[in-house]
Amino acid sequence: MNENKFMSAFKANAIWLVFIAEIAIFYYFNPKFLSLPNIVSISRQVSYYGIASIGMTFVILIAGIDLSIASIVVLVNVVCAHLMMNMGWNMWLAIIVSIAMATLIGVLNGFMVSTIGIPAIIATFASQTIFRGLSYILSGGLPIPDVLRYDPSAGLNGDPILGFFARWSLNHWSIFPRTGVGLIPVCAIIMVICFAVGSFILNKSYFGRYFYAIGGNEEASELSGIRVNKMKYLIYALSGFFAGLAGIVVLSRTGSAQASSLIGFEFEIITCVVLGGVSVAGGIGHMSGVIAGVLIIGSLKSGMVMANVSEYTQMVVQGLVLAVAVGFDCFSKKRQAS
Amino acid sequence: MAEDYVLELEHIRKEYPGVIALKDVTLQLRRGEILGLIGENGAGKSTLIKCCSGAVIPTSGRIRIKKEANGEVKEFEKMSPQLAAENGIAIIYQEFNNVGELSAAENMFLGRPILKKNGIVIDRKAMEEEAAKAFAQLNIKINPRELVKNLSVGYQQMIEIAKAIQQNAQVLIMDEPSAPLTTNEVESMFKIVELLKSRGVSIIYISHRLEEIFRLSDRIEVIRDGEYVDTLITDKDPKTIPHQVDDLIKLMVGREMTQKYPPRKPCIRDEVVIELQDVTGNGDEHISFKVHAGEVLGLGGLVGAGRTEIAQVIFGSRPKESGRIIFKGKEINPRAPRAAINEGIALLPEDRKRHGALLTNSIKNNISMPIYERISKGTVIDSKTEKATAERYREDIQIKCPTIYQLVKNLSGGNQQKVILAKWLAANSELIIFDEPTRGIDVGAKFEIYKLINDLVERGVAVLMISSEMEELIGMSDRIIVLAEGKMMGELQKDEFNSDTIMTYASGIVPDHKKEAV
Repeated sequence: MNENKFMSAFKANAIWLVFIAEIAIFYYFNPKFLSLPNIVSISRQVSYYGIASIGMTFVILIAGIDLSIASIVVLVNVVCAHLMMNMGWNMWLAIIVSIAMATLIGVLNGFMVSTIGIPAIIATFASQTIFRGLSYILSGGLPIPDVLRYDPSAGLNGDPILGFFARWSLNHWSIFPRTGVGLIPVCAIIMVICFAVGSFILNKSYFGRYFYAIGGNEEASELSGIRVNKMKYLIYALSGFFAGLAGIVVLSRTGSAQASSLIGFEFEIITCVVLGGVSVAGGIGHMSGVIAGVLIIGSLKSGMVMANVSEYTQMVVQGLVLAVAVGFDCFSKKRQAS
Repeated sequence: MAEDYVLELEHIRKEYPGVIALKDVTLQLRRGEILGLIGENGAGKSTLIKCCSGAVIPTSGRIRIKKEANGEVKEFEKMSPQLAAENGIAIIYQEFNNVGELSAAENMFLGRPILKKNGIVIDRKAMEEEAAKAFAQLNIKINPRELVKNLSVGYQQMIEIAKAIQQNAQVLIMDEPSAPLTTNEVESMFKIVELLKSRGVSIIYISHRLEEIFRLSDRIEVIRDGEYVDTLITDKDPKTIPHQVDDLIKLMVGREMTQKYPPRKPCIRDEVVIELQDVTGNGDEHISFKVHAGEVLGLGGLVGAGRTEIAQVIFGSRPKESGRIIFKGKEINPRAPRAAINEGIALLPEDRKRHGALLTNSIKNNISMPIYERISKGTVIDSKTEKATAERYREDIQIKCPTIYQLVKNLSGGNQQKVILAKWLAANSELIIFDEPTRGIDVGAKFEIYKLINDLVERGVAVLMISSEMEELIGMSDRIIVLAEGKMMGELQKDEFNSDTIMTYASGIVPDHKKEAV
């Protein structure tokens, strides 16, 4: 391995060093940070960030943006909870219908961006507003509580103990049942599967090649035979799908659907993705970087909570991390260019 | 400095990770001379001038500049845009730095506006007066108030030159200044360059067009593969020019080039690959022609005659309004490039960087782009086939690259064109449309492209070639159709080829004896 190869390998993985450094700092100040319960808790918290970031990665790769995902997550919360709690639907059916709805919202974004030609930032901002509003209308502005008590076997008014839905989401699949260590929450497993699917799409399927091509040069991609508009539909639909899935995970964590929750969540996801080295100019980025980005933001939040940092200070830190990380990347590229 | 040099580059070397762009280049520019700088694409001309402008920092070497005012000589290891400006070096790039929505005068003073006495408000009037003065000095007739977007490319370039002179540039470096210009605009640009020379401005003139170099330059420096090769004194005697051209080409490519166009075996078949019947659309009207298998049909005409437009219609990137396109005996109506590609039609666009190559993607991905769906099981790419395809065409048409994983943006123009061609060969295209196949490609690589076109037709591919270079059109075509203002003006068989007739048709004049036929 010559020096250049070493340097480029170093640069490609520099984000992971940032993650390790971050963990080391939190561990230094509070050794409990690396305790098993805390790791499990971080993995649960990180899971819906990770799931939602996959669709956003695709969107940013083609130099687009999806501002609607927080609203999709919230609408999925409200609709899914409404179907189960107020209409007595089967849980799985409610989940499938909610995720299908999220995907359709993505298709609508794709329609606005590609067929109509509205700039992505405006189109998805419009759907952000529309679907946040619909969530308020549907829920009457009130939270739909007690979702975790839902138990299909007991019907609508089941035993007010942890219901089936809660068991599915909060309980752990024990990989070492006898020793009692290595508890992995189901939602973290879902995230890992999603990342695997995302990497697969990006690296092994031809869709990934198309995404990188479109992000690099839309016109040349079309002239190389890529149906760019079709791909945009697909990408925004995927973004909607992953946001929908993240919505289900959020609902299973909070147990309550609230139209006013997760304000600004889409920007946190953009932070994770951009932090992970996906260029907002399009065409550049890798899933491994995004995974690191998600872990950095997730453990940052958790670590700061443990260190009793106030929520407002957390925002400041998160913004600084974004500026510094992306700034470092841009600066090194600039130096490389000259 | 021994002689009266205003600019000296000494042993300039520039290394990038994995690539040496400049090995060792030395250049001396005398006061008030025009130095022609030539070399194949990828020889390092652009990198060299970027070292002068400060856009690129040399790995080693010295840059010496002599100030005109006091004769003081300064030595630099690297430049910066600011240093270059302070020391009177200005560069006219191929892409201009004008802002279309601002006036000519505002563009002249972009970034360094003249302010009123209060130091806040822009003094538009003073700027317009200064601009008018600068334009008058160069005999340029531009209204300083005109918005730049309303000006032709030629005038936009003149604004750049005027700006450089207004900033007291002693050294003007021009990178392919004639490339975007029309014939008349080129003439005006030459006059300005000669005027500047007579005023003592030193000029480095980079061009692929050797006739321009002979017309303007006092000396010609040749670089090859990042190395200084030789400097010749230009002999303007027309009799010796052909001989000098041969010498220069030899120096540039490092090998003998006996003929400009490679010989082709007769290979035209009876089978018609594509036939256009009275096609109207995208600005063209009533276009009808046939291309046979193994035939090169040349499309001649002036810029804006509607040649690219008809190619876009055939390729499905623009809709047709009426008429029929018959491809291999079947009527087709492609509504997107994908549909045309599936039929077996390929287009190598004029603007390679914007429309042809995917610059930020690897060679491998570029080549397989149209066939990914074919070489995938379900949606999973068969990566072995993907690699093998890229390696095969890299070998076949000799794409010069360290690996197939290299990004296309790091290749020279000729190799980029080869990557685009490889893509269409991989897609088994039966009609390949070349829109200006050798634009911006150096002499050596041009010859290779011509050979590739010959290989294609010998294998039975039909080629439609749009070219604004008369010699190329005549040298490569089996038949020529000339367009003007979206209409067909005439068709020439091989024995009728002559540049005068083509020019006559292209200017929209139909000779009397042909009038009835059209």
